[in-house]
Amino acid sequence: MKREVPLLISMVAGIFVLIGFFVPHPAIKTTYDDIQQWVIIVVAFTYVLGVANVLRINWTQVSRKEADWPFKIALIGGMLATIAIGFSEGSHYLDDGSKFTWIYNTFYSSMSATMFSLLAFFIASAAFRAFRVRTMEAFLLAVAAFILMLGRVPIGNVIHPALPEVADWLMEIPQNAAKRGILMGAALGVMATGFRIILGIEKTYGADGGGS
Amino acid sequence: MIAWLARLRHLDRRWIFLAVAVLVVVPLVVGFHIAPVRPSLRSRGFYDAIERLPEGSTVLLAGDYDPGTIAENYPMHLAAARHLMSRNMKIVAVELYPGGPPLADRVFRIAGGEYGKKEGIDYVNLGFKSGNEVVMSQMGSSIPRTFPTDRRGVPVVQLPAMKGIENFQQIALLVSVSAGYPGTKEWVQQVVSRYHVPMVAGVTAVSAPEYYPYLQAGQLQGLLGGMAGAAEYEVLVKHPGIATRSMDAQSLAHVFIAFLILLGNLAALPQRQAGKK
Amino acid sequence: MILNNAPGAGPATLRPPILLLILASVFSLLPLSAFAFPVNALDTPNDGGRSITVRWTIPANPPKQWQVLRAEGSGSFAPVDTIAGTLDAFNDEGSRDQEGIRNGFSYRYQLVALPADPAVDSEVSQAAVPAASWFDTGKTNVFVAIFAFLALILYYIWRAQSGTTWSFRAIAGLAAIEEAIGRSTEMGKGVLYVPGVQDIDDIQTIASMIILGNVARMTAKYETPLMVPTNSPAVYTVADEVVKASYSDVGRGDAYRSDQVRYITSEQFAYVAAVNGMMLRERPAANLFLGAFFAESLLLAETGHETGAIQIAGTANVHQLPFFVVACDYTLIGEEYYAASAYLSKDPRLLGSLKASDTLKILLIAVIVLAAVSLTLGQSQLVDFFATQ
Repeated sequence: MKREVPLLISMVAGIFVLIGFFVPHPAIKTTYDDIQQWVIIVVAFTYVLGVANVLRINWTQVSRKEADWPFKIALIGGMLATIAIGFSEGSHYLDDGSKFTWIYNTFYSSMSATMFSLLAFFIASAAFRAFRVRTMEAFLLAVAAFILMLGRVPIGNVIHPALPEVADWLMEIPQNAAKRGILMGAALGVMATGFRIILGIEKTYGADGGGS
Repeated sequence: MIAWLARLRHLDRRWIFLAVAVLVVVPLVVGFHIAPVRPSLRSRGFYDAIERLPEGSTVLLAGDYDPGTIAENYPMHLAAARHLMSRNMKIVAVELYPGGPPLADRVFRIAGGEYGKKEGIDYVNLGFKSGNEVVMSQMGSSIPRTFPTDRRGVPVVQLPAMKGIENFQQIALLVSVSAGYPGTKEWVQQVVSRYHVPMVAGVTAVSAPEYYPYLQAGQLQGLLGGMAGAAEYEVLVKHPGIATRSMDAQSLAHVFIAFLILLGNLAALPQRQAGKK
Repeated sequence: MILNNAPGAGPATLRPPILLLILASVFSLLPLSAFAFPVNALDTPNDGGRSITVRWTIPANPPKQWQVLRAEGSGSFAPVDTIAGTLDAFNDEGSRDQEGIRNGFSYRYQLVALPADPAVDSEVSQAAVPAASWFDTGKTNVFVAIFAFLALILYYIWRAQSGTTWSFRAIAGLAAIEEAIGRSTEMGKGVLYVPGVQDIDDIQTIASMIILGNVARMTAKYETPLMVPTNSPAVYTVADEVVKASYSDVGRGDAYRSDQVRYITSEQFAYVAAVNGMMLRERPAANLFLGAFFAESLLLAETGHETGAIQIAGTANVHQLPFFVVACDYTLIGEEYYAASAYLSKDPRLLGSLKASDTLKILLIAVIVLAAVSLTLGQSQLVDFFATQ
């Protein structure tokens, strides 16, 4: 039963949602809409679980004075302070001059943008290290990469006016065709995975694992 | 020469990082100009879709990004808000990323201040709600039920900007500024396919190619790709901003990366020759 | 009775006014529909009811605006909306109306010009009765495709259970997973498994959980440390259960540790920073990036490369594939990633579903070629059938 009940719930829910996609009648749609509301509520509750997990793991490492434990104190302190400040400011937490907005602009916004900007450096180092032209296909890829990199920025127009047009053509025709093929294959994979779960033949994904 | 190329293979990548930093920072600080920005057909499609709308139409502006992609998405979000406000459109804004509302607030504060638009009257920021596609689907049934209050906590039924807005039937255009998931693809699947609302999108450069099929199929009427797309749009709305100023830095960075690919292959030559021997 | 005694005035002089009077009476009795344009009201198709669509051909001189009037049954007309004069259709869902449109009741419509001009007003439409649909005929093509696929899956599962076997091409990345885990065991180091940055409702994350179960069984058998940082509390919950169950499956429940799976943060770049830190500190010998990834893909893969780990990536996010291909040793592309569970478990039923995917792909290729040829010859029926809007 421990295994069968979750599988049955998956099957019923999966089939119902599938039917709900095709049936606009309120007899089905109302329950379909309600289920979607439940998803929003469940997702919101899992954040409580997440915070508890973060606290448990990091506090355990602090209490055992494991490697880098002072950074765990900073993590826990930062998390609790942000939560406390957000709650204390209520619905005004996003107002100009609020402490939450200061934390957002000073820490979160700056650090997120910094992490994203690391990509520019990593792309450069990966291009130098890994982009090797060893075959004809790799050569064609390199040529396309050159055209696109230069054609998509204003300097491409200065180098040659045709460069942006060729770059656009490459993106719209060959790139699109290849991408559509990959997307179709991936979509079939998605459908197959979904049916395997609904039909209960995907053994690993379940309460008891199962497995061969 | 061969020995030098062989040594190049072991180049410390921090020299590459330093070169990229110099090439990006110098144009931004000094402000020299390499080449003008020329709008593409995709950016023009985005611009024309808004220009075609009758004045006073209601537009849903979805700012689905957070500070991680601020460099690419924020300029296009701001330019779109300016364009919509300059044409006296009513704006209903949502953000499906938790980090989105403060950025949207900043956009509306700047654009609203420039065009004399008031929150609650000319535009409303409904804020963030978790649930991704479920939220989009719920909005199709009823926007006021999905977002009973705006991000300030004011009931939406009291807001003049939300008067008569029940669901997507009253939305003339959906403008999606997105960083990934949930974002443009989900809006196309959940809203455009079901309710046939016209839509334009501004996305990060790396994900822009993913939306070309939607553009070709007519599900998107315009597409801005990355900071370059944002710069093209800023030129079209005649309000050059940070994206336009950053194009020169981006041009130099692209040229440098192309050079690195060449250099990397040259550096691998000695190894290949040794292998053949 | 003599009406006037003007010279020559007699009955003949009365004819013009009387004629005018008669004509005016006749015209006033004539229905305006003699000059008005027709409107057609019908139940909006493929919806949940409580909606009527009104259509008309725009007259030669449309007014600035139309006021839409609605009457329920034989009741009187009342205004429901004001629309632009350039429109040729109106969808009445009655949502602003307190009473609204009710299923099973009949409604009639008329368009009245604003500013008022009775000569331009429309006819009254025929009665329309809204009703809820049980099937959205606009999605027939999707229905056909999905149920054809389901039929193929069931057929090939039956064939698999009857003993039929098929051969599938080798996927280097999948074969390398066990090799990578073995290498980690030999080096005395751990395996890092990153299940992507999407929540548990994403099919890529679900597929990642399935692969995680297979990987966890291998690491349990070889006694290799396994680290699974997650970026969603829901994914953490499922991943923890999957790992625990997998360890129990191979009789190594005692080796499972509760800190193997941990929730880091839901913020994308904060998560990346934490995972990069784990890679640089713990120095796992194998990094498995299997799930949905976005901008963080290159950040993870480059950092992992610097540590010298063997890296296997798999995602259906096409825009991240180039970064993984450049920085990882093996990459599973799109459907190869979804096929992983079948390849790793070698379960005949799962392999049967793979066969069904391939069969449907061949059918789709045939349809695409046929549609391209027929469209070139001017026949668009096949293309129209598959159009979604």
